[in-house]
Amino acid sequence: MIVPTPQRIREVAAEVVDPELPFLTLADLGVLREVAVDTAGRVSVTITPTYSGCPALVEMRAALRDALADAGCVSVEIRTVLSPAWTTDWISDRGRQALLTNGIAPPRAVGPAAREAARGGPVPLQLTPPPALVRCPQCASTNTEELSRFGATACRALRRCLDCREPFEQVKEI
Amino acid sequence: MSFDNAYEALAEEHDDQRWAFGTGFDDPHARVDRALPTEVDAADLARYCLMLGDDALILAQRLAEWCSRGPELEEDVAIANIALDLLGQARLLLTRAGEAEGAGRTEDTLAYLRDAAQFRNVGLVEIDCGPGPGGDFAVTMVRLLVFSSWRLACLRSLIDSSDPVLAAVAAKGVKELGYHRDHAAQWVVRLGDGTRESAERTARGIERLLPWLGELFTSHPVERSLASVGVAVEPERLRGEVVDALSQVLAAGDLDEWIAPVTAAIETGPIENRGRWGEHTPALTELLAEMQELARADPAAVW
Repeated sequence: MIVPTPQRIREVAAEVVDPELPFLTLADLGVLREVAVDTAGRVSVTITPTYSGCPALVEMRAALRDALADAGCVSVEIRTVLSPAWTTDWISDRGRQALLTNGIAPPRAVGPAAREAARGGPVPLQLTPPPALVRCPQCASTNTEELSRFGATACRALRRCLDCREPFEQVKEI
Repeated sequence: MSFDNAYEALAEEHDDQRWAFGTGFDDPHARVDRALPTEVDAADLARYCLMLGDDALILAQRLAEWCSRGPELEEDVAIANIALDLLGQARLLLTRAGEAEGAGRTEDTLAYLRDAAQFRNVGLVEIDCGPGPGGDFAVTMVRLLVFSSWRLACLRSLIDSSDPVLAAVAAKGVKELGYHRDHAAQWVVRLGDGTRESAERTARGIERLLPWLGELFTSHPVERSLASVGVAVEPERLRGEVVDALSQVLAAGDLDEWIAPVTAAIETGPIENRGRWGEHTPALTELLAEMQELARADPAAVW
């Protein structure tokens, strides 16, 4: 078998998709943090979970390991790191476009208050869903409302468009 | 791995022994520095991680009991999501506890093979608030509001912990708990400011939980000792922040008359933290009987 080049290894790792959003690569999701190849060809991939209890993480590890093995990598180590904590700001522009194309509203930029909170600052209480300007992925109207901040996976919220009446999901900011 | 057929994936041979996250710390090269801070007593750190881990584990189990029995489908999904976040935090903390203890106990042995007297969670999380007899969704939401307000304040302080694992778990958990607290707060406002029935049941829920609030804000010697070396936070210091958050919610939910009793319970309530010493109500034994049944019946089971 041909030994893959470090560049090819990085490409293979970057093409592995999220098990629950299969149109989104782990690289575009911001979960793939680092791919390192040493001189002996040993591959070390670093990933980070989206949420503490994200059950997809094991699937991601397995998918990465399988893809790299198929590409000819003999020694693959998948490391999981918690810090720095994942943020939706790490989703790439290509990832945001892929979400939109597949009917899921991408997250907005994490606001200054939330960024401050992630560093240990005060976390403001929200007693009503914030009047967020979230665009409907079907008709592009911003006249949408939040149905529930918890959706089919930890990272998604449920919304509804008040113009075209379609319900849709949004990757919520974290 | 194929994602076309869920059953095929279940039957597939692979080297992952568990279906969910939690093995990351086995990796000695992880970027989270796992070395114990030198000035820290490892046994104390293990006990502290057990306290915070058990709080999350037991409440996750209680919340999961509502799955398929919530007032609406979206609520089932929300409660399950919140439980899953807490379970994830519990797994990381129990793994750290086992690691600091150094006796070879894993997250699984700690979760499944301890008796009630060995659990270190606060009493608040073990109370049976339903969905079974005697339970009430309103009490469940009041408890979630109190607990997530407390834990949010606690983890916010731990972001600067000198234990790198606690700091990393805290930085991640804070983001999750903000969503949990908002969710519970919105329900308490909706119920308190709803019908006479919903307001009464919410008030009864607050009254029922009052005796359990003081324990959250009373230091255990392990917390005091670890706080002095910058690892832990003394829970007395969290009172102001939690009183502020709860007062805001109670006022918005037309439950103003409960602000004074809740504040009193937090500031001067019963100061016995029995749960942290392993003293629990029969409700915990019942919960564990269900949670641990499979692991104890078949210790070799893998799922």
